[in-house]
Amino acid sequence: MIIDRRQLMKTSLGLAVLTGVPGVMTVKSFASTEPTAADRIKEFTGGSEMLEGKLSLTTPEIAENGNVVPVLVEVDSEMTDGDFVEEIMVVADGNPNPEVVKFRFTPMSGEATAKIRIRLAQTQNVTAIARMNDGSFQVAANQVKVTIGGCGG
Amino acid sequence: MAKPRVKVPKKVAAGEVFTIKTLISHPMESGQRKDRKTGETIPRKIINKFSATFNGVEVFSAGLEPSISANPYMEFTAKVNEGGTFKFVWLDDDGSEYSIEKKVSIK
Repeated sequence: MIIDRRQLMKTSLGLAVLTGVPGVMTVKSFASTEPTAADRIKEFTGGSEMLEGKLSLTTPEIAENGNVVPVLVEVDSEMTDGDFVEEIMVVADGNPNPEVVKFRFTPMSGEATAKIRIRLAQTQNVTAIARMNDGSFQVAANQVKVTIGGCGG
Repeated sequence: MAKPRVKVPKKVAAGEVFTIKTLISHPMESGQRKDRKTGETIPRKIINKFSATFNGVEVFSAGLEPSISANPYMEFTAKVNEGGTFKFVWLDDDGSEYSIEKKVSIK
């Protein structure tokens, strides 16, 4: 039997109604082939252990406007030629593209600190990972509650 | 048209750590939004890289993704031991380059 498009639409619509419209009503899901925040972190650290304590991540607890969320990252480091922070990556696990920013520092930065304003699509965890020049990693994460998402529709 | 603005102190002490504030007017079109009328996705157009150099030596740089807010604002620090010129460069997805220079002298 050849099912034409019209008939197929009718049948699938009927099925959808019977089964409570799965798929149609689900929240916009992002393509599963995109790398996740966890993938990005693994890529950045190469699976190395991440320590806590030296890196601090400051984000608002509640962001009323997900379009403009201030983020501050700071690492307690002398920033000398022998001991400095090379890079800090920020990821947001609930954004369509979880990678947010990568800051690269040098001893001429003086301090390993940077502030930026980011978009958050929904309530989610923001994670920062810092790579030191000796190859060690530091991590810090915060949850940010978002009232109005910042990715447009 | 993207217009960069930066705030750098004119005079600093040698070795003193000071704050630099940067802002550029840019829509940072994420590539996620749809045109309300046509339903078509608006193509991505963002500033994807920023760098700050002092007398040609890199001090700080950043790789930006679509999750950065429109009109990207950044704050970071620097220290210098001699007078010279900071150059700040923003790179656009479309290949455009925006830059601004600031002179700093030693107190």
